[in-house]
Formats: sequence, C-alpha cells, structure tokens
Amino acid sequence: MTPKRRRLSIVLIGLAMLGTAAALVLTAFEDNLVFFFSPTDLAEKDVGADRRIRIGGMVEDGSWKKYEEGLRSEFVVTDFQNAVKVVYRGSLPDLFREGQGVVAEGKFNGTVFTASEVLAKHDENYMPREVADALKKSGRWKEGEEAK
Amino acid sequence: MIAEIGHYALVLAFFVAIAQVVVPMYGAARRDAALMGFAAPAASAQFLCISIAFGALMRAYITSDFSVANVAQNSHSLKPLLYKISGVWGNHEGSMVFWVLILALFGFAVAAFGRQLPDTLKARVISIQGLIGLAFLGFILLTSNPFERLDPAPLDGRDLNPLLQDPGLAFHPPMLYIGYVGFSLAFSFAMAALIEGRVDPAWARWVRPWTLAAWTFLTAGITLGSWWAYYELGWGGWWFWDPVENASFMPWLAGTALLHSAIVVEKRDALKAWTILLAIITFSLSLMGTFLVRSGILTSVHAFAVDPERGLFILGILIVAVGGSLTLFAIRAPALKAGGLFVPVSREGGLVLNNLILSVATVTVFIGTLYPLFLDAMTGDKVSVGAPFFNATFVPVMIPLLVLLAIGPLLPWKRGNLRAAVEKLWVSALFTVVVAGGILVLEEGAPLAPVLGFGFAAWVAGGVVTELAERIRLFRIPLGDSIRRLFNLPGAAYGMSLAHIGMAVFICGATGEMNWTRELVATARAGDTLTLGQYELVLEKVERSQGPNYFRDMATLKVSKDGVPYATLHPERRLYPVQQMPTTEAAIRSSISGDLYVAIGEGSDQGGYIVRVWVKPLVPWIWTGAMLMVLGGLFSLSDRRLRIGAPKRSKRPAARPAVTEAGD
Repeated sequence: MTPKRRRLSIVLIGLAMLGTAAALVLTAFEDNLVFFFSPTDLAEKDVGADRRIRIGGMVEDGSWKKYEEGLRSEFVVTDFQNAVKVVYRGSLPDLFREGQGVVAEGKFNGTVFTASEVLAKHDENYMPREVADALKKSGRWKEGEEAK
Repeated sequence: MIAEIGHYALVLAFFVAIAQVVVPMYGAARRDAALMGFAAPAASAQFLCISIAFGALMRAYITSDFSVANVAQNSHSLKPLLYKISGVWGNHEGSMVFWVLILALFGFAVAAFGRQLPDTLKARVISIQGLIGLAFLGFILLTSNPFERLDPAPLDGRDLNPLLQDPGLAFHPPMLYIGYVGFSLAFSFAMAALIEGRVDPAWARWVRPWTLAAWTFLTAGITLGSWWAYYELGWGGWWFWDPVENASFMPWLAGTALLHSAIVVEKRDALKAWTILLAIITFSLSLMGTFLVRSGILTSVHAFAVDPERGLFILGILIVAVGGSLTLFAIRAPALKAGGLFVPVSREGGLVLNNLILSVATVTVFIGTLYPLFLDAMTGDKVSVGAPFFNATFVPVMIPLLVLLAIGPLLPWKRGNLRAAVEKLWVSALFTVVVAGGILVLEEGAPLAPVLGFGFAAWVAGGVVTELAERIRLFRIPLGDSIRRLFNLPGAAYGMSLAHIGMAVFICGATGEMNWTRELVATARAGDTLTLGQYELVLEKVERSQGPNYFRDMATLKVSKDGVPYATLHPERRLYPVQQMPTTEAAIRSSISGDLYVAIGEGSDQGGYIVRVWVKPLVPWIWTGAMLMVLGGLFSLSDRRLRIGAPKRSKRPAARPAVTEAGD
C-alpha cells in the first residue's frame, strides 16, 4: 500500500468514525438535553409535564418549609416577577438557603415543580449564571450584587 | 517588604521571558552559538525569579500576612499549616503563579538536562516555552497581581473555602497543573520541530518522556479530584461529567493519544505530522481547560467566584496560541518527510486506530461540554448536558478501543497477521465469556450494561496477560527461563501492562458503581436502626464538639453486616464560622468489594437527623485502576531506553546519531 493510499484509508476510517459519533451525538442531544427555564418562562411557556427541565432563581424568603424532619422540603423559587413552588424529597445541599440563588432539576406539572435534584455550589457567593441572567431579564439584577 | 520583592521578581521574570523568547530564536535562525547559548541561563533565571515570587507568596500565607489582599481573602490565622500552604494555589492569583512556576520549571528542565539536544532545537524549545510564560506572566501582572496590599490590613483573614480544606484537594491542583502545564513542553517541542522543519525518532525520544510525565501527573490529579468530590461533597458521586471535570479530561484523552502516536514516531519514524498536530491539540485543550475554569463561562458545580475580564485575557492567549500554532502547522507540516511504511494490520495500524478512537472520543466530550455555550450564544436557550449524554456518546465510542486494546499489542510492527493475533487471544475470549456469563447467571435478568462492562474488562485483562505470556514465552520454554525473562523485561513493557490492566480494573469499578449502587435516605433519632441490603446501621448518638477552625456535629453509627458487627462510622457535619459555611464529611468504610458510604444532614428541631446511606460496590477499584495507570506511567518513565541512547533496531540509521539526554 502506498503512503498516499494509506493516508486516504486512514482519513476515510476517521471520517466514518466521526460520522458514527455525530449520529450518536445527535440522538443523544434529542433525548438528553435539559433546558433551563426561569419562573417567568414557566408562567409564559408550556413545557410539558414529562420533560426534564431545570429551573432557577432565588429561594423566596420565608418560603422554605420542612416536613418529616427535613426529609421533604417545599420552597418557592422566584425571579421577582413570577414564582414557582418546588417540592423536593431528599437532603438539600449544604449551601441551600433562603434568599440565595438555586438551580433545581426535575419536572413541572403546570403548578408545582417536583425536583429530583437540587444543585449545590462550592462557593456561597457564587450565583448560578442562568439565575443571574434570569434576574437580569426580569430587571431585578443589581450591578455589584454578584460578589467579586 | 517580602511581598514587594515577590512582585518585583514577577516583573523581572516578565522581562527575562522577553529576552528568553527573542534572543535564542534569533540566534537559532542565525546559527549563532553565543546567542543560542543564552537560552539555558535565561530559562534558569526565569525559574529562579518565579520561584522567588512563589516563595514570597508562600511566606505571606504561612506567616498570615493579612496586609496582602490575596492572603486576607483566602487564609485565616487559625487554619492548619497544610491548608495555609495549599491556600497558596487554592485561589485564582496564587494558582496562576503556580502555573507559571511549573511552566518555568519545565523550561529549566530542558536547559539543565538537554545538553545532548541539537543546539538549534534546544534554543527554539526554550524560546517557545518562554513565550508561553510571557503570555501568562503578562496575564498575572495585568489582571491578577497576588501581591496587592491592603491598607489598613485586616486583623484576620476571610479563610479558605472550607470545602478546599482537605488533604485530597491540597494536592489535587498541583498534580493537575503539572499535568496540564507539562504538555506545554510537548507543544514547545512540536513548534520547534516545525520551525526546524524536521522530525526524527530522536525528537520523539525526547518528547515522549516529558509527555509521559505530564500524563502521569494529570492522571493522578484527575483521580485525586474525583476522589475528593466523592468523599467531600457528600453526594456519593465520583464523576459528574461537569464542564470543569471535562476540561481536565479532554487534555487527558488527547494526551493519551499523543503518548501512543509518539511511540510510532520513535520506533518507526512514521505519523510525524499527526503527532505534531496532537501535541498542539493536547496543549490547546490544556489552555482551554484553564480558560473554562478561570473564566466561569460555563456553569459548573465546581465554579468559584470568577471574573469575566480575566477569562477574556486567557481567551486571547488561547486564540493566539491555537491560531498561531495551527497556522505554522499548515505551512510547515507538508514539508515533513513521510516515514516508515506499514500495512493496516500492524502495530502501527493498531496505534493509528487507537488515535482515531481517542480523538473522536475527545470530540464527543468537547461537543457535550461546549454545546450549551454555543446554543446560548446562538439562540439564547439555556441547556445543560449531563451524564446521560456522555453515557450515550462517549461510552459507545470507547468500546472499540477496549476490543482493540487486547489485540493491538500482539501485532508486530510493520506487517501483522490479524488471525494469528486473534488466535492467541482464545484464553482471553474464554475468560470474557465466563465472566459475562457469570454476571448473567448471578444476576437474573441482569441489564446489558454490567454484562458488557465486566465482559470488556475481562477481555482487556486477558489480553494484557496474553501479551505478557507471549513476551516471556510462557510454557514454550522452561518455566524458570520464563520467570527470568519476566524480571528482565524493560520498564516500558511493565508500564504498558500496568496501565492497561489499570484500565480493566477501572472499568470494573465504574461498572459496579454505576449499576449496583443502592441508596437510602431517612430521618433517624439516636437509637434508630436503618437497614440497607446486608447492612444494619444503628445511630447511637450525635455529639457537638469543636475543631481547630470549625464546629462539628459528629454522629456515631454502629454497623453490622449480615448480623455480624462490621464497623463504627463517624460522619460529620461541620460549620466553619468565618465563612458561615457548613460542610458534610462523609464516613466511608471501604473494602475490596465496595464502599459503605454514610453522610448526615442538618438536625431538625425534633432531634432527628437526615441520614444518607449508600452501598457502592467496587468503588475502590476505580481509584485502584487509576493508580495502576499512574504506576504504569512511572514504570515507563524508569525505562533506561528513554533516558540513554536506545539501541536502534531500524536498519536505516537516523539522520543523526541517536541523541538523547545523558544528563543523569
């Protein structure tokens, strides 16, 4: 086999593999992309009760209720224009607090968001970017509010 | 005063770097020995300056000099010494100083051990290394001065993020950085070779140990990070396919490909242009990792407070580095002479396939990591791409690599016989069938995933053993001779077997954890009993006490397994008052069959505690597998052939006598 033909066959194999990978990626995107919604988005758009989505905003002050000694929680996530009630079963992350930003993943049935996961951050001053953007959109973002 | 000296040393290092870039490069173009000779002392001076700066910062941390803003923001006088030291690289500014320190160290290493390198190559390598250093020193001085003063100085510091106050994380960043930055040397060598317009086996013999060293550290660094996330975050997960994790995983994948392709350049003088390209890509991915982590542009569980302007600066460096190096590659690579011939079924062919698969795998991780960013920019839609995506793309792409991993090493160089190789693997095939069948029988109606996972692990392990048996001619010569052969194998042979076996062990661990984990979340009061599988846990008490810089609630759980006392576990919940930050300290009981993982949550007013219990089979195999890979890297590095001139088997003599390092 000449070097030229060898190179050609390597390129062809590479392309075939990339094609396979592209097909895998596209199918995986179809099933596994999790879209992010702000409480206002939820109020305005129809998301479908079966779709896994992420929501984010601030945990409303005074909204956090605990049941079964903390095993089940209920809180309200707000972007100060709209709010959505979230229920969650399990242990909340260490840095979960009222008045702080939060991101939750789960399903929305039109009235209540059932979270399967509430995401933690390593740094208490950190504001999830989606939350910051959602707050900016609702006009409630104060410059300099983001620490550092 | 010391801080000012540190700052001054950084400025000095910046100007030394300018000289280190310009003078040797000009000298190499003019073939001026005196100017090229400037490279080594410049690299040494550069390393000295940055060491002084790093030392000054270290001193400020150890002595808790809170007049330095960086120390005040990230340290505290009560913090244990280890974390005062690790605090130096636990923050943005300090970590960048550490970055350039490692960069300069590698430049210095070339200067010190590269006496046998051709003069022009050495001068150019050091010059390029200096150029990378220059960019990052500029970044530090303009955007991230670690020596900025505070006036008045606060009485005490704001403390390091408590999650980072952990021995696992004290050593994770240095390891990771040595890995990341180590690839810079492969990059510098690639650039220098392109400028020279020549790549030969001697070049590869130079590049390979450095790449191997970087890869080994990166492997260790990623493993430490994963281990830390596993026990410190208290979520019981060890890999989240999080953007920041992916940022370190992509250079690892590309670096693994580079390691393998460099072997082909070294042994067979082929795949030169491809290897150069891989070196460029690997370091570019390292730079991109730094960018992703430092800019906070991607939402990540690992994201700390970040500054977009700094991100922009690193993005600039990234664009110039990638654009410049690829342009140079496009101009010069066609001139590289094609080397040794081989047919598709050969060791070379196997390694080419290895490279293709690893590259495609890197692409899938790349897409999954950057797609949210892309979509946000294009449509404003915000999405997250999680583990299911990577399980559906990365994993199937990697499966052919596992099949190949057993076959490739059995193929001879140049021209192989696939049938002969496959026939040698009958033991391995038998083993695979037994293991996969065993899983099917043990677990009635077992899903496909564990059957495949353990099956492939068995295939890989069988392949490694077969390859070793072939090497020592087991059962074909007297056993004693075989054993003698086994002890006389070169380090690289052990290295390969260890790393590949590590892969098999790792797959077992990952498969076990992903498929057989069981979880229990419940509230418990003192005296309550929880049951999960074979385990029975009794919550005896929860006590409050005080650590050096935190308060803690420590639980005592008596665990019995199948009714027999098994362990006493002490999960903790800590509160670090300086940052008002709670952390979870999980208690883990490890055995070869798996981990029992217990974490407690906040206590309620009624005296109950949330207790989370996981039974996680085979988790220690994950770390063991990764450590075997690291060990494999170390064994390979110890191979004498990498350090002194290797006897050349090739009939064609290399263009130059086998020049390699003889520094030690």
